[in-house]
Amino acid sequence: MRRLSSLLFLAGLVTLIIAIFQPLPVGTATPAVGTAINHAAPEQVGAANLVTAVVLAYRGFDTLLELTILFTAAMAAGWVLDKPRNEARPDPDAGFILLAASDLLFPLLLILGLYVILHGHLTPGGGFQGGVVLALAFFLPLLARPGRRIDHQLFSLVEGLAGAAFIGIGLAAMLNGQAFLAPLFGTGELGALFSAGSLPLLYIAVGLKVGSELAGLLAHLAETEAVG
Amino acid sequence: MDWLLLLLVSLMLGCAIAVFLLDNFLAALAAYSVVSLVLSLLFAFLRAPDVAMTEVVVGAALGSLFFALTIRRLGLGQTGDES
Repeated sequence: MRRLSSLLFLAGLVTLIIAIFQPLPVGTATPAVGTAINHAAPEQVGAANLVTAVVLAYRGFDTLLELTILFTAAMAAGWVLDKPRNEARPDPDAGFILLAASDLLFPLLLILGLYVILHGHLTPGGGFQGGVVLALAFFLPLLARPGRRIDHQLFSLVEGLAGAAFIGIGLAAMLNGQAFLAPLFGTGELGALFSAGSLPLLYIAVGLKVGSELAGLLAHLAETEAVG
Repeated sequence: MDWLLLLLVSLMLGCAIAVFLLDNFLAALAAYSVVSLVLSLLFAFLRAPDVAMTEVVVGAALGSLFFALTIRRLGLGQTGDES
């Protein structure tokens, strides 16, 4: 009965969404801002990946607020979760498949994460995606060997330093007489690894911050006592 | 191309409906991560590789992991032989 009612509710929701979107001219709008950015960004910012140009150069302040939101969420989750009980016996090691896979995948995930972060201004991806890959890389060994504890203080230190570096680069632009978080060091050659000014540095800071934050949160969640 | 998109969208819809029809929480979680994976494929087809990457990393990997850990924490995982 409950399932039937939830299906009915879903059908009603779909009908409502269709009714709302029917009169909207989907797909015919002229993206004025997008076209302008497409034309201006290669010369102004020098990032081959235009998404990065928008995220870090044109909307750098939004990215800072996004990091703040993530930080607040992780902090709140850390408060809500219990402290790990030291006397409780940890779970035994995982099976052979997970153990072998975690040993095999850890370096590969590490390289993939760093590649995605460092090439954020050239190819799709960037600090957020690469940071999550890094977090998963550090969490995988913990999943295979639950008895192991990670160094939370080290992760907090990396996270704090990365966040401070992001703001520091933004303040350096202000010292230079530009707006907060404006790109520094010129644009460089379009498509080269060392190009787009301070954008790669900003993305490294974002990647380290996101990675250490999420790895700490996942480890915290895994360390709390399992019920039942 | 269109039939492929249609296939993917119907797969996604089927998995999304399966999420709240399944009794086993872990099975529902698997269906949920399939939704995310197919969605990231759709994003890649729509030439949004950045969004596709975010979706596969955050939606499929991290989101499923968070849900899995939460299910374990709440003791809702009905995995059969192990407690």
